[in-house]
Amino acid sequence: MDDLTTENLLLNFLIYFPLLAGFVVLLLPSEEKNLIRRLSLIFSLVPMVPVLMLWFAYDRVDAGMQFQMMMPWFETIGANYHIGVDGVSLAMMLLTAILTPLAILASFNVEERPRVFMFLFLVLQTAMFGLFASLDLIIFFIFWEFGLVPMYFLIKFWGGKDRDYASFKFFIYTMAGSLGLLLSIQVMGLSMGTFDIPELMRLWPNAEPTLPVVGLDTGTVKMLAYFAFLIAFAIKIPVWPFHTWLPDAHTQAPTAGSMILAGVLLKLGAYGFLRLVVPLFPAWAYQTAGLLATLGMLSVVLGGFAAYGQWDFKRLVAYSSINHMGFVVLGIAVYAYVYGYAFANQGMVPGEQLTGDAILATSGAVLQMFNHGLSAAAMFFMVGVIYERAHTRDLKKFGGIWAVMPMFGALLIFASMASLGLPGLNGFVSEFMIVRGVFGAGFLIQIGLSMIGLLMTGAYILKGIGEVLHGPLKPEWKDLTDMTLREHLVMWPLMILILSLGVWPRWLLAIINDTVSHWF
Amino acid sequence: MEFSFPILSMITLSPLLVAVIILMLPEERGENARMLGLAAMVFGLVLSLWMYITYYINLEDVSGVLWEDTLMFMETYEWLPSIGINYIVGVDGLSATLVLLTAFVGVGGVLISWSVPDRPREFFAFFMLLVAGVHGVFVAVDAFLLFFFYELAVLPMYVMIVMWGWKERREYAGMKLTLYLLIGSFISFIAFLVLYFTPLADGSTIGTFDLRAWAEVDFPVQAQIIWFMPLFLGFAILSGLWPFHNWSPDGHVAAPTAVSMIHAGVLMKLGAYASMRVGIQILPIGAVYWFPFVILLTLINVVYGSLIAMRQRDMKYMIGYSSVSHMGLVSMGFAAMNVEGFVGAGIQMVSHGIMTALFFAIVGMIYDRAHSRNMDELSGMRHVLPLPTFAFVLSGLVSMGMPGLSGFIAEFPIFMGVWRGRGINIEGTFGGLNPADFYSIVAIMSALGIIITAAYVLRAINDVFLGEYEPEKWHDMRPIMAIDKVVLISFGACLVIIGLFPGVIAPMIESGVTPVVERLNDAQLQDPFTVLEAVNNVTTDLLAWFGGA
Repeated sequence: MDDLTTENLLLNFLIYFPLLAGFVVLLLPSEEKNLIRRLSLIFSLVPMVPVLMLWFAYDRVDAGMQFQMMMPWFETIGANYHIGVDGVSLAMMLLTAILTPLAILASFNVEERPRVFMFLFLVLQTAMFGLFASLDLIIFFIFWEFGLVPMYFLIKFWGGKDRDYASFKFFIYTMAGSLGLLLSIQVMGLSMGTFDIPELMRLWPNAEPTLPVVGLDTGTVKMLAYFAFLIAFAIKIPVWPFHTWLPDAHTQAPTAGSMILAGVLLKLGAYGFLRLVVPLFPAWAYQTAGLLATLGMLSVVLGGFAAYGQWDFKRLVAYSSINHMGFVVLGIAVYAYVYGYAFANQGMVPGEQLTGDAILATSGAVLQMFNHGLSAAAMFFMVGVIYERAHTRDLKKFGGIWAVMPMFGALLIFASMASLGLPGLNGFVSEFMIVRGVFGAGFLIQIGLSMIGLLMTGAYILKGIGEVLHGPLKPEWKDLTDMTLREHLVMWPLMILILSLGVWPRWLLAIINDTVSHWF
Repeated sequence: MEFSFPILSMITLSPLLVAVIILMLPEERGENARMLGLAAMVFGLVLSLWMYITYYINLEDVSGVLWEDTLMFMETYEWLPSIGINYIVGVDGLSATLVLLTAFVGVGGVLISWSVPDRPREFFAFFMLLVAGVHGVFVAVDAFLLFFFYELAVLPMYVMIVMWGWKERREYAGMKLTLYLLIGSFISFIAFLVLYFTPLADGSTIGTFDLRAWAEVDFPVQAQIIWFMPLFLGFAILSGLWPFHNWSPDGHVAAPTAVSMIHAGVLMKLGAYASMRVGIQILPIGAVYWFPFVILLTLINVVYGSLIAMRQRDMKYMIGYSSVSHMGLVSMGFAAMNVEGFVGAGIQMVSHGIMTALFFAIVGMIYDRAHSRNMDELSGMRHVLPLPTFAFVLSGLVSMGMPGLSGFIAEFPIFMGVWRGRGINIEGTFGGLNPADFYSIVAIMSALGIIITAAYVLRAINDVFLGEYEPEKWHDMRPIMAIDKVVLISFGACLVIIGLFPGVIAPMIESGVTPVVERLNDAQLQDPFTVLEAVNNVTTDLLAWFGGA
């Protein structure tokens, strides 16, 4: 084992600090609610420091996996503790580091057992950081599954009135989805003799016709394993038609839970596509790129229509997540097409134009992941703000809220516009990049049809704003109070980031772009 | 390696000694029994821990492909040398781990039964006897000694279930359990005796009960094929192999908490351990011949066991059937016939031992307070029992194989082993079944057990611990005692430690199972017989022996 560098230690500290902090919080006396909240907030802010240090230490010229460390973990089966980061995982870690403290700040008003609540959040943070850093399939799987547990209990304990059903569905859906993943990982690791992701990226696509050790036909295994991976991650994103758990989970989850669920957890699925599905199965990815693009398009369109059909404000935002993540899938489809091009066409290299489009679309997808993380968190938080005051999310019952809550109205419009993809705000940049890239790669029908979804985005966003803010003020709402300082503190960082990415996306896009260019 | 200090005898026999002392206490000082019991258990735990660590440190010196080379802390005393029976004890990597597990669960069992109201003297005396029997099986190197301790472990089980068990079912369950296990060991013993008298290739018989000799001898192929199933199955009954699992849930339910903990935590591992050490190690060719069939039984164990568990509304029955399901994974690991499968099976024994003991401890705590185990009646227990809730969730996650906990560390290699098991091509195994045909399907289907387990565990957590708490419904509700907390926390910590650092246990188990795996690898099925042909041959031989035909 090589000597550990400072960056290795930072990376490990980043991953495990929230977990340890969670146990510290658990040890606090349960009556000291304010202490618990403040301490948890401080603890959740700590990882920001190592994330930024790694961010600035990252060598963008090299742009590959950096700060790697590897040590034996479970030697009998050949699993190593192998972690490392590149630009994409750093971007996702930054998102996690930003959203977790905000989610914790947003849940300062949780009165019921805040200790356990904060503990679960900090555990969740560890699971997310660990997943973005893991470079061994088993380690990846551990963090992948483990993130389920805190989220399950967050929904289960602090959710709405159908929380039992929603949390159960969330858990079993994801777990069943990862069953195929588990089995595929086993076969791949067994036959290639390693679970190391970079190693597998080299070995697995070039496996012999009959797999060593297990003696199965490689073609069949690859096909089954590809679809197992695809489904596991597609459920998480979620891609139509695997999305049905999401509106239930979101509607029932507490506000902070929804923020993290939409903000980061959905990105785990897309991250899995970028890190595992396409690099490990390039030939299949190439062949199914059209299918992926179609599913992405359907997510965009149907998600948009479904969102427009909702009268529950939170459900509307939940469906908008499907709509927005559909664009990520469209971007991934181009990545799959161009990355797998050489594998499927006997080493023929894709043209420079095509590669350029792919880099554009893939960077756009990563940026869209980040952007959606920000705007979805903002939207869910705004829904939470109004729900706490009005105790309803029924759009039909609202009306004219702007008159009594002017700041709320302004911020809601800002968040909605970000979600809408208004030029000048973040969503526009990434969606434009994706559309441009997909267009160049030739998925014309898909991208053309997905414009209907974009139209629907406008429609449901305006519907949400209109029903809540405009119209005559209903008498029952005239006593609503405007946003508190704490609520402002949650929103402003998000809004600043949204605006900064809209006007000067380069600060984030540069590191993503370098890494993505390195992939091709 | 020579160790003059008889550490294994101390571990095994000290509870026996204490049992005698406890029984000699005057009745009015019955309270002292538990202190003595605890002292004996802690003494055993300290010694086993020391033994485990010593073994772990010397792991490289004692690893080898021959079982003889992996044994440590050997003690040999003559007993009945004329027929080859001696007192020989020693441990390999796997049994060292299981001895430690037994000592650990033993301490937990004493602590959990701290306030047994009814005849504590006798209770602790029998408990000591039980632990001694279990320790004895794990350390025995002589087959006669192994059978001796095996019976010694079953007897106190019967007494404890019938005397301190759940009033409604205890006679029935105790009888059922005892009959099943005695018949099982009887069958194994007969098979063993037959092999004892079976002429080997050079015409002589083996003439000793020393298992080290048995582990190296090659029995004739037809004897292996015929006698493997009786030998293996007799022990596998105790590990709950379908369709002989039926005694187990009844026994669990009827037994008092501490006995359930030992029963599920350790006793079932006794069956798995013995079926491996005696069954598979002695008759590798028979194992290779039959395992493609046995793996189908284990598949039923895993899936059917978890489906039945899902149907239960009595918590103890649910956990009892989940034990059946999880022990099926152990046998499945064996049936994979490779090092991944065996290591997984070994880890699963430990993981399941701790997990189920923890489960039963919690159910015992709830039952003591609510006087009900019915999941329809119980609800909201987390309001009065927060730590048990946490522990139940933890062991629930272990039982559904959640990564990061010990269950995953165990199940992952088992499934890998089954996948790899597909790679062996053995012609002419049982009924023409070729492992190549269906091992991968077994791997996929048994993974369904994980989902079913997740479903019933989540439901149990939901029904019993979450939900509304109705204070007026429970008149005997009180917080748990400090010693209960010690048990919950230490057991839970073990599950997490094994899950995060498999290196503390995996090398030990790998060293312990390597000799068996090597035996299996060397087992070539030349000129395979079908079962009918083999039976025919044996009948002819027997008739010839009697002077007929």
